[in-house]
Amino acid sequence: MNISRTQTTNVLPPPIERFTLLGWLKKNLFGSWVDTLVTLFSIGFVYFVTATFLRWAFQTAQWEVIAVNLRLFIIGQYPLAEAWRIWLGVHLIAALIGLTWALYVREISNILGIGLLVVPLLLALIDFSLFNRLNLIGLSLVGLAGWFIGRKRTAAIRRISVWSWVLIFPIFILLVRGLFPQGEVLPVVTSNLWGGLLLTFLLTVVGIVFSFPLGVLLALGRRSELPILRTISIIYIEVVRGVPLITILFMAQFMLPLFLPGGLTLDRVLRAMVGITLFSAAYLAENVRGGLQAIPHGQYEAAHALGLSGYQTMVLIVLPQALRAIIPILVGQFISLFKDTSLVAIVGLFDLLGISDAILAQPNFIGRQAEVYAFISLIYFIFSYNMSFVSQRLEKSLGVGER
Amino acid sequence: MQDSVAGNRLVAFFRDERVLRVLAQILAGLLLLGLFYFLGANMVSNLQRQGTRLSFRFFTQNSGFDIAESLIEYSRTSTYVRAFTVGFLNTVLVSSLGIVFSTILGVIVGVARISSNFLANRIARIYIEILRNIPLLVLLVFWYRAVFLKLPRVNNAIILPGPVYLTNRGLGVPWGIPTVTYDIFLIFLGAGLLAGILIAISAIRRGRQTGRMPIWLPWSLLAILLFGVVGWFVLPQPPLTLDSPFVGGLNMSGGKILSPEFMALLSGLVIYTSAFIAEVVRAGIQAISRGQVEAASALGFSPFQTLRLVIFPQALRVIIPPLTSQYLNLTKNSSLAVAIAYPDLFYVSSTIINQSGRAVEMISLVMLTYLITSLITALFMNWYNNRIRLVER
Repeated sequence: MNISRTQTTNVLPPPIERFTLLGWLKKNLFGSWVDTLVTLFSIGFVYFVTATFLRWAFQTAQWEVIAVNLRLFIIGQYPLAEAWRIWLGVHLIAALIGLTWALYVREISNILGIGLLVVPLLLALIDFSLFNRLNLIGLSLVGLAGWFIGRKRTAAIRRISVWSWVLIFPIFILLVRGLFPQGEVLPVVTSNLWGGLLLTFLLTVVGIVFSFPLGVLLALGRRSELPILRTISIIYIEVVRGVPLITILFMAQFMLPLFLPGGLTLDRVLRAMVGITLFSAAYLAENVRGGLQAIPHGQYEAAHALGLSGYQTMVLIVLPQALRAIIPILVGQFISLFKDTSLVAIVGLFDLLGISDAILAQPNFIGRQAEVYAFISLIYFIFSYNMSFVSQRLEKSLGVGER
Repeated sequence: MQDSVAGNRLVAFFRDERVLRVLAQILAGLLLLGLFYFLGANMVSNLQRQGTRLSFRFFTQNSGFDIAESLIEYSRTSTYVRAFTVGFLNTVLVSSLGIVFSTILGVIVGVARISSNFLANRIARIYIEILRNIPLLVLLVFWYRAVFLKLPRVNNAIILPGPVYLTNRGLGVPWGIPTVTYDIFLIFLGAGLLAGILIAISAIRRGRQTGRMPIWLPWSLLAILLFGVVGWFVLPQPPLTLDSPFVGGLNMSGGKILSPEFMALLSGLVIYTSAFIAEVVRAGIQAISRGQVEAASALGFSPFQTLRLVIFPQALRVIIPPLTSQYLNLTKNSSLAVAIAYPDLFYVSSTIINQSGRAVEMISLVMLTYLITSLITALFMNWYNNRIRLVER
């Protein structure tokens, strides 16, 4: 390719921007007088907020209320003798997270992965009971074991991981609730004893798991060509999305008992679960509809050409693609449901927020509102922030929107 | 493949797709009706066992409870309808103020989030991440019980210049008290508003004709201001006198006292929603391709002109639909007032339920009210969205 080589002037490369502290400051903080003003204002703001917060956290705040009531925050009034069942469930979930991590996230040298491994170990350093500390260490080991298994990345392991995610939540709920009313092994723990983070988590999981089939049906109904089905679905979805969650929870608490035949009663937790499920289904339906709309029409036509029936087309071709496309959105809905479950405190359940109000009523800890609410905010924050981080990773590794 | 030869042979009716569709629909409809009948019959028999039945007649009886804050006259001898109206108006008040303030704060944070200023950028990001990841209810309760109720007692209130009093009984702010000339002043303001509108209409009409849209908003505002100022000084007595709050004994008097419930609800809603609006604004501005900005600056637009004439009108199209849903969320979220005892629609209704035992009627009514409010907001925003939509030829 000598033809194109002509004797022209040497083209200089663009000047290299050298990193200097002064240059960086000028570019990012003091570019113009407006910039300078904004910077000065920001510095003042940061100083004020940090100073106020640090002074409060280390001088004013009295943190015994958290240390003394930690168990109530985490599992509520759940009997201590049966707490191993919750640990077992958490271990199963940890193993599954490790497995899935290896399958989909690939590199472990990832800040979050390290965090997931190290945090339980760090927590184990705190002065809990020996049983809890061993369990915390176990959590890391089990997660690591899951990761090593998942690293093989065979098709079978992939399939197992998907099915395990489907099955893990019913298993977890069974473990928490127990099987035999009066049995020696796994005696039933009634739901009025569930509380704290455990109840928050269960409400979220039940809400997502049970609203899933309902939401998919509603989404299909809304896209159906049958006018009656479509109208029913649209009315349901729009009505539920048009009213606040708290009215639905009130309906579940006060009206649901009236709708049931005489003699049949549901306990409060179950009623809240019904309300949350009905609420979540409408939002899920809209998300699924978004996924369905993303499937190009060619897919339907191809399925039709292959002789698949309408039902087969839906179940084998369209839904798997549509659901896969909305996994990150589903994680988003999971997060907002996780936050929304705090509303059950208003109808008198002892979830993370409800138990906080109970703790604040203890005579020893009157007036410790700031500490308690800051602590539960931190718990909510850690969980939802990590979930949203994972959902972003998932989006990348599933290549949603890139196909 | 012999069947296909028989072209117009009748398919058995139970295999005919058209028949099946109709049948499926009838079946679904019947199932639903059956479900409703089952639930309704249960409800009637359950209510009968309690010795009541559905009726809204209780609505005109005396409520017998007090409401702390009300925009209209109300006492415990007023009817339930009146109480419900008080709650509804309070919800409207908090939601509309919340929408205005959260939009302002949200736009500021959203612009800061994409600004080139390192510090502003990071602060906005942390602000958004924190607020998006904790539940609104926790924020509200924290705000109410750990901040507003923890302010000092009235007798050693924090006094900010203004004077603004911060106490655990509420926020005392200076407020205008109408005098005898207030009504006449309102007429002046009305005339100013009319003039402003006329200026706007004529300016827009001229803009349509000439193709150069004049800047009319400042002129319109100036007209209103002019009428207001003239009215203020022409009248023999100023229409409003400034009334400052002061501490008398164990209570504050004078000025306007904003209750801690109201302040906590409003500020909680505004802060929470502004984080979401900031994300919406950021996404809207980032959706504008860089070429637009470069083209504008190539045409000699100043940065402010670029923002006003190029970026903003285009970003608005992307922003409006998600912004609508944020407004709707804010309105629905205002029902969390029940947790901090601010007498909004939902709180008042739950008091009515306790007082009268009419759970079914009240919950249905509340849901209907929220539904209608949501629908009206959605219709208005859809209308606005259609108006500013890109008209493709």
